[in-house]
Amino acid sequence: MIATWAQLGYLVSAVCFIVALKALSSPKTARTGNGLGAAGAVLAVVITFVAYKPDHLVPILIALAVGTVAGVIGSRRVQMTHMPQLVALFNGVGGGAAALVALMELGKVPSGETVAAIATAFTIVVGAISFSGSVVTFAKLQELMTTRPLTFPGLPVLFVAGILGGIALSAWLVTDPRVWVGVLLCLVGLAVGVMLVLPVGGADVPIVISLLNAFTGLTVAAGGYVLGNTLLLVAGTLVGAAGTLLTKLMANAMGRSVFNILFGAVRGGSTLG
Amino acid sequence: MTESIALLTIFVLAAFVGVEVISKVSSTLHTPLMSGANAIHGVILVGAIIVTGQAESALVVVVGLVAVVLATVNMVGGFVVTDRMLEMFRGPGARKKELHK
Repeated sequence: MIATWAQLGYLVSAVCFIVALKALSSPKTARTGNGLGAAGAVLAVVITFVAYKPDHLVPILIALAVGTVAGVIGSRRVQMTHMPQLVALFNGVGGGAAALVALMELGKVPSGETVAAIATAFTIVVGAISFSGSVVTFAKLQELMTTRPLTFPGLPVLFVAGILGGIALSAWLVTDPRVWVGVLLCLVGLAVGVMLVLPVGGADVPIVISLLNAFTGLTVAAGGYVLGNTLLLVAGTLVGAAGTLLTKLMANAMGRSVFNILFGAVRGGSTLG
Repeated sequence: MTESIALLTIFVLAAFVGVEVISKVSSTLHTPLMSGANAIHGVILVGAIIVTGQAESALVVVVGLVAVVLATVNMVGGFVVTDRMLEMFRGPGARKKELHK
């Protein structure tokens, strides 16, 4: 358990995120809202350094600097028209980070803590899905690959097999938290993410980015549960819930349903009808 | 047990808040809102720092540092790119000027 002041600071940061999302929904306040969100995030990081007193401080600060430089350069240089794929890429690396955090926590989950073990498995597999799915959406929008829906005869079967395999491995991980099972689960998640996004057509890709964004939010929330960190739990849940609704709103605005966007191309294939 | 119930309560309440705060979003703001929400989940950086800071083996430290870099890119890049998107919403005057360039 960390100090009370740090927990209160995390609460301030969580309120910043809530107000930021609210402000981002209206044109007049959107930019201020984004600034407030950034302030909340910086506050959270500073609190974390002071409250947890992490070892390996210098390498962590260097990694932080590298990430900051990469993030700023990437988002400053990108052309306006290429922004959606950059958001997809940022979302993907966030999901990847969450999956790595859960993998590292794997050895520390005490036996008997079933919920924590389930949350760890969830973070690993959904984080991996979010990562690989986002990379494929990036490749589609950047026209590194065809923007047409891609599907092959065995895809629906393979997709369902991947999901079932993911569930089985998660169950294994919950009863017996071994790192190699976690790594295997991660690989299955990566494959499922690719198969999820391949059949989506180029015009629908922004909606899938929004869906994967919600996925990453939920992984961060689950990661917060694993670490017992309320800020991650609140921020992740906020993004998961808001992202899910936003996905639906975006699909409605285009007159499509989310299910149709995801599985329209493989419809009539076999299992997914 | 009490702690898990407390965390579950926070989860459920936050889910309602998340839906409620963005329910009146104007459709022009869909993409910036998505991008802003994307930046917010970059706060997994906090988790990456905590786990790396407690790591004992060199391998875990390396994996942790990778997670720190990725999460920072998500967070910092997310907020900067959202800000750039929102520059376009400064107002009709500013937008016209840009169009006539």
